[in-house]
Amino acid sequence: MAQVFYPSANTIARVTLMSLPIAIIVIVIAVRTASESDYVTGVNFAVDQPVEFSHEHHVAGLGIDCRYCHTSVEDSPFAGIPPTETCMTCHSQIWSDAPMLQPVRTSWETGQPLRWNRVHDLPDFAFFDHSIHIARGVGCVTCHGRVDQMPLMWKSQTLFMQWCLDCHRDPYPHIRPREAVFDMNWTPADNPEAQVALQAAHANIRTEGLTNCSACHR
Amino acid sequence: MASHHHAPEPPVIEPGHDLESVTHKLTAFPLIRRTPGRWFIGFMVVFILLLVFLYAVIVLTVLGVGIWGINIPVAWGFAIINFVWWIGIGHAGTLISAILLLFRQSWRTSINRFAEAMTLFAVACAALFPLLHLGRMHRFYYILPYPDTLGLWPQWRSPLVWDVFAVATYGLVSLLFWYVGLIPDLATLRDRARRPGAKRIYGFFALGWRNSARHWHRYQTLYLLLAGLATPLVVSVHTIVSLDFAVSIIPGWHTTIFPPYFVAGAIFSGFAMVLTLILPLRSIFGFHDVITDRHLNNMAKIMLATGLIVAYGYLMENFIAWYSGNTFEQYMSANRMTGPYAKLFWLLILCNVAIPQLLWFRRVRTTVWMLFLVALSVNYGMWLERYIIVVTSLHRDFLPSSWDMYSATRWDWMTYLGTIGLFLTLLFLFVRFLPSVSVFEVRELVEHQPYEEATPEVL
Repeated sequence: MAQVFYPSANTIARVTLMSLPIAIIVIVIAVRTASESDYVTGVNFAVDQPVEFSHEHHVAGLGIDCRYCHTSVEDSPFAGIPPTETCMTCHSQIWSDAPMLQPVRTSWETGQPLRWNRVHDLPDFAFFDHSIHIARGVGCVTCHGRVDQMPLMWKSQTLFMQWCLDCHRDPYPHIRPREAVFDMNWTPADNPEAQVALQAAHANIRTEGLTNCSACHR
Repeated sequence: MASHHHAPEPPVIEPGHDLESVTHKLTAFPLIRRTPGRWFIGFMVVFILLLVFLYAVIVLTVLGVGIWGINIPVAWGFAIINFVWWIGIGHAGTLISAILLLFRQSWRTSINRFAEAMTLFAVACAALFPLLHLGRMHRFYYILPYPDTLGLWPQWRSPLVWDVFAVATYGLVSLLFWYVGLIPDLATLRDRARRPGAKRIYGFFALGWRNSARHWHRYQTLYLLLAGLATPLVVSVHTIVSLDFAVSIIPGWHTTIFPPYFVAGAIFSGFAMVLTLILPLRSIFGFHDVITDRHLNNMAKIMLATGLIVAYGYLMENFIAWYSGNTFEQYMSANRMTGPYAKLFWLLILCNVAIPQLLWFRRVRTTVWMLFLVALSVNYGMWLERYIIVVTSLHRDFLPSSWDMYSATRWDWMTYLGTIGLFLTLLFLFVRFLPSVSVFEVRELVEHQPYEEATPEVL
């Protein structure tokens, strides 16, 4: 009786069988790596804006406080995007002819607000409140990175749920004294005694409450 | 055997077969060149049912689970009822192939292949329901422990997660068992097939089986190991399914009797389904000489025994409701027997407890049409049982203000009947392309036949 297969079929079968588990592992690693990549998460990618606004210039160069523009950050869920009037408090006087600021002046004349593009866009099923994070001593830098070094705005964190949980499960390494929240240069490593004091002050924080599903998914 | 004072057991297979004749008989249909018209007509009927299923699933995907009858308080409806029903049906296959193998019950040989196929297809139907119930089927992988970016593991304290592992293990082991059992037969088909295409396909799946002594030695070891692996699954899978209910605090679910009573119910319904399928199969293919009255008798006895355990479960549920003094349990029992679903409850008692008592009579156990009707009654009864468990406990729980009624929509029915279409479509394909009775194991029986024939009482 004629053979149905050539002897090489054995080799093909063995190689296929052995590469199957390898393929599964490779696919899992590849998907995980891709989902963490800056390209997918948008981390370190500057977002296009109607006006090339530089946080670096306004924060580091001019020393304007975060709250000058993001006015509601201390007492509302939303930090606030400044209205055109805020820009015009200065720019009606300085750089009032700069071509770069033409969209701002147009907005001022027509009354149509500037349409800024969101850089930190949380999914709608995640509840987030800026005020409580400020009140508990989470610095701006902790989540938004060194905005004083960003000529254009980009995300410095992935906003993965895992990243949220890292802090909710063990907040102490990430919090700072209330008065240092808006400080761009403050780091926990330079202030170990502050961390110890905070730890003592917040000894009654119930982290299990912070990791309840309904803490963020309401 | 001479020491037995009752009539001796009839032989496992009818005398008069030799190795060639059984091989020819059991491989004849898969190797037929032209598919017979009768097969096609049957296949078209079940395939239309499968299309109904596809239609229902597409509509479900687009519109969501709101098209089903589920709502608060009955958030678990047909999907869970059918899931438990199908999973239960699978259990007979595993019992026959694993436990009866370990107990050296040679009569299992003629029915194990078919029962294993039935198990596999029933598990496939069952596994669809939780996925459909998700509403967002493409998110099913959330329940698996994969390296995610959420920073969360699945909730290991939830029986629904245990379910995933129990059912996945069950499906995988059942598939392995069935496939390993098929290998020598696939080689037989490869050698007997005449068309080169068929030769290649059977040959591919036969994995180069050459019938050598070394192959057989390894094969027997592997088969025994798999039987050992599959044995705990007979008990574990439905135990975990029952924990989906028992771990909750709902009256009528929160009870320790659930695991054993569910396992017995599963085997009960599984044997009923094996009989429902194998009786027509046997008469269509004329397999009376390999699936004999002895098989029917034995399967009916197992059904009777497991049916009695199930009846004991019903009795105990109500006894404990009364004995515990728990108001909610007592109300639940009373509501089952006299409430708005009372008709279904008494129908369930009729189908699952009363009618199976006919199996005490040998005549019922060996008369095909009577046995078939009893098996159908049990199939229906076991479905009703799950309906009663799911619906009556949920529709009236602790707070009378949240009481409501449940009724299935046409989409529920289309999905349910559709999975029967899927199940039967797979069985039709199985019967057409693979030997539905294990050829090499029946050959082994023929080999041993002379010893049995030597005992005059047997003949």
